[in-house]
Amino acid sequence: MSVGIVSYGTYIPKFRIKVEDIAKVWGDNADILSAGLMVNEKSVPDLDEDTVTIAVEAARAAICRSSLDPSRIEAIYTGSESHPYAVKPTSTIVAEAVEATPEMTAADFEFACKAGSAGMQACMGLVQSDMADLGLAIGSDVSQGAPGDALEYTAAAGGAAYIIGNKEEEMVAIIEDTYSFTTDTPDFWRREGMPYPEHGGRFTGEPGYFKHVLGAAKGLMNKLGTSAEDYDYAIFHQPNGKFPSRVAKMLGFSKEKIAPGLVVTRLGNTYSGSCLMGIAATLDQAKPGDRIFATAFGSGAGADAFSFRVTDKIDKIRDKAPRVEELLANPVYMDYAMYAKHKGKIRRA
Amino acid sequence: MSVARFWRQQVQRYNLVGNHCRNCDEYYYPPRTTCPFCRRNGEMEEYKFSGKGELVTYTIIHSAVEGFEHQTPYVLGIVKLEEGPRLTSQIIAQPEDVNIGMKVRPVFRKLGESGDKGMLHYGTKFTPA
Ligand SMILES: [Zn+2]
Repeated sequence: MSVGIVSYGTYIPKFRIKVEDIAKVWGDNADILSAGLMVNEKSVPDLDEDTVTIAVEAARAAICRSSLDPSRIEAIYTGSESHPYAVKPTSTIVAEAVEATPEMTAADFEFACKAGSAGMQACMGLVQSDMADLGLAIGSDVSQGAPGDALEYTAAAGGAAYIIGNKEEEMVAIIEDTYSFTTDTPDFWRREGMPYPEHGGRFTGEPGYFKHVLGAAKGLMNKLGTSAEDYDYAIFHQPNGKFPSRVAKMLGFSKEKIAPGLVVTRLGNTYSGSCLMGIAATLDQAKPGDRIFATAFGSGAGADAFSFRVTDKIDKIRDKAPRVEELLANPVYMDYAMYAKHKGKIRRA
Repeated sequence: MSVARFWRQQVQRYNLVGNHCRNCDEYYYPPRTTCPFCRRNGEMEEYKFSGKGELVTYTIIHSAVEGFEHQTPYVLGIVKLEEGPRLTSQIIAQPEDVNIGMKVRPVFRKLGESGDKGMLHYGTKFTPA
């Protein structure tokens, strides 16, 4: 039985802060930072937006795009590292809000930035084994970086939702295969009750991101007998612009192939939403027959690689929900003080 | 608000579910158990509003009640849904971008929370369409 993406939807809050406005507060050099990170600005949630509201908006966009009956969704998994409740699932709120309840299963996933792609894999298993008609996998985050920490320049807000099914005539993209690479690596963590994450310095680059992304990407290409030339587009997890650009080059993907999905320069790192947002931005402009390669990465650490083949259906449903480019357009910029208030870093006494 | 009371109203807040009387063709939000016009002759059915509507009037809140202090200034408006019912809602927009008669659409937002330990409340607000 084949498995694939039946629909997708995304959500990005309308507020942005520029890297230079954060750098001004901490006395950092904005030009050096922006060039080094390849990030110019990042999204900021509204005062009443969180991981749940973003997940619901993305899920509703996915349902709207395909006009499907939400009661067909029999599994919902929301991946995030910023679930608003420590105990009580985000996914049940999403399920109620999209009217998929009550004949369904749900759970929240957590795996740093790859919890959303892990949800996609779980849905693939359920629909391929016919345990579920449709599965909904979401990556949504309102990530926090400690004031003055390097992560503050990129930690952003946004989400993407994917409806996974097993009927080929319904799919906008067939998932040809997936492959994961996972080890216990202390590159990034946040303890229970702590507001901001910690990172393991030298563990973040080579032994974290590169080892796992390359492990999963090469593993999948070996399994499928493919190479970079076989793909029209590629997306890699985007904690900044530099890492995915470098890993794409190492794997033989040209700049042109990663350009449509490299939204981090204007969005920042949306954590669980990061790679999934890049896949959505790429589907927004892919043609039937195109092949797309994607690898999500989560600290801790692991990577999930996917190979997609776009179908004719994409042209029929693409315009029924906003494209990523539309969500990135016309942002409202805020200064650091307003940003600090939006992120709860300062509160009225 | 109590946990039980919010939970009972959850469905209608998440999705603007009200009702429609087949006898007199009136629409209601929030939902009513009987039609106030037709009484015993009323034929009520559940109805999900699209949420499309227009702003009838609004005010800008500068001095908010407890729990909303950090959101001031914000816009509170009366929205008339396409089907007729009116409801009060926060309007997600900069105060200078709001005007009477403008078209609005629903968005899913956090409505509030019961302190630091209590429940988070979610539901529908409106934004310029
Ligand atoms: Zn009536």
